[in-house]
Amino acid sequence: MQAIKLEHVTKSFDGRKVLDDVTLEIREGKAFCLLGRSGTGKSVTLKHIIGLLRPDEGHVLVHGKDVSALSGRELSDVRRSMGFLFQNAALFDSITVGENVAFPLRRHTDWPDAKIRDVARAKLAEVGLENEYDKMPAELSGGMRKRAGLARAMALDPDILLVDEPSAGLDPITAAEIDDLLVNLKKEGTTLVVVTHDIPSARHVGDELAMLHEGKIIARGTAQELDRSDDKLVRAFMRSEGAG
Amino acid sequence: MVVRVGDLILTFLAWVGDTALFGARALYEALLPPYEFKETWRHVYEIGWRSLPLIALAGLAIGVVLSMHTRASLERFGAEAMIPAVLAVALVRETGPLVAGLLVAGRVGAGIGAELGAMKVTEQIDALEAVAVDSFKFLAVTRILACILAMPLLTAVIDFCGIFGGYLAETSTSGMSMQLYFHRAFSVLQFSDFVPATLKTAVFGFIIGTVASYLGFTTTQGTEGVGRTSTSSVVLSSICIILINVVLVKLIFLLFPVRA
Repeated sequence: MQAIKLEHVTKSFDGRKVLDDVTLEIREGKAFCLLGRSGTGKSVTLKHIIGLLRPDEGHVLVHGKDVSALSGRELSDVRRSMGFLFQNAALFDSITVGENVAFPLRRHTDWPDAKIRDVARAKLAEVGLENEYDKMPAELSGGMRKRAGLARAMALDPDILLVDEPSAGLDPITAAEIDDLLVNLKKEGTTLVVVTHDIPSARHVGDELAMLHEGKIIARGTAQELDRSDDKLVRAFMRSEGAG
Repeated sequence: MVVRVGDLILTFLAWVGDTALFGARALYEALLPPYEFKETWRHVYEIGWRSLPLIALAGLAIGVVLSMHTRASLERFGAEAMIPAVLAVALVRETGPLVAGLLVAGRVGAGIGAELGAMKVTEQIDALEAVAVDSFKFLAVTRILACILAMPLLTAVIDFCGIFGGYLAETSTSGMSMQLYFHRAFSVLQFSDFVPATLKTAVFGFIIGTVASYLGFTTTQGTEGVGRTSTSSVVLSSICIILINVVLVKLIFLLFPVRA
């Protein structure tokens, strides 16, 4: 069953077409990796899925609902079923790491404070940050911030997790740890949409890969299928094991 | 040259239009649930309570200076007894509200602009939306409401501190007693002196909150943009306060003609 569907999505910024008639289907419980060089519209695609951007043309369906046509409470309901890990984590820098994770719980549940703090601690423990609850985001390293961002994205146990460049700026060991966390989430049934230009990471996490180039999907399939693609650019990209 | 000036005026008018729409939307959404009481109250504390030392100190200093100037003028006519009354009317009607507005524009406007601007360029505003929180309501509406609520209170404080500062200057010069000073100061003040002038600062608060929030939400170009937003918030909200004050004073004179 489809969790996400993009139908003929087109988006331009200042006259430059970033997404050009993109059509995609992402199945429930699977990990979908969107590959491509910097500036090809990968992050823009993610922002369309969660409704931060609206397409100039086309539709974005999440669980059958057209996100591009929703607003207010309906959009909020759809967003609650999704988590978003930003490239730079985008932690709220005026509150502690723990309160960052607790924030969605405080907004969307009527749980008592003690329970919210317990759940936030448990989410932080899942990403190995159980001792960082009271620290401010500025006190964390890049990798820790990303893990804290992942804990916040998972706070409401979303069905769909959108991840923007999980390994960008991280050392290989930390990047592999993040990948393992994503694989675990997939095993628990979460649908993953991962934007990356890190091919080893995509091979490890993704069930299905697609490559975006100049706003268009130029290849789609398993990692092995993309390795054997007729397109020279796709084969070259898949061979760039050190990318990222 | 003429074309350039014309372009600048058009750009400014477009900015005024966009900012006014932003503010109108904030007022409309403030009426719709969910109501962010907790967040609004937190900002009233941040904006109001934390501005108190600056406002109180400024009020005291202005009171002292105004008292000295008033004495220098009235002494010539042998009207020193009028000093408390003249000072109180000047402070409560115009000096207090305007100075409070400009001080808050400097302290709070810069803070709101920089904070929201930094949140914008670091994707924290997007992150709020991603966790299904209405960022406009949570960040902008709460700050604008807090400015509207805090400004009249801060104005009352600057008025009182100014009058008290005038007393300190007066008693050190002429030895006037506190009882006599405050009796003379408050005996001339009426409802139409205090209430409209104080309430007009709610409009100043609306301007400060709206201009700073709008600039914060539209910040681009990284940390350089944040710096520009912070500066622009102070400059533009101060200009708007000074200009709108002319209209408001005229309006008060029309509505309260007896005391005008």
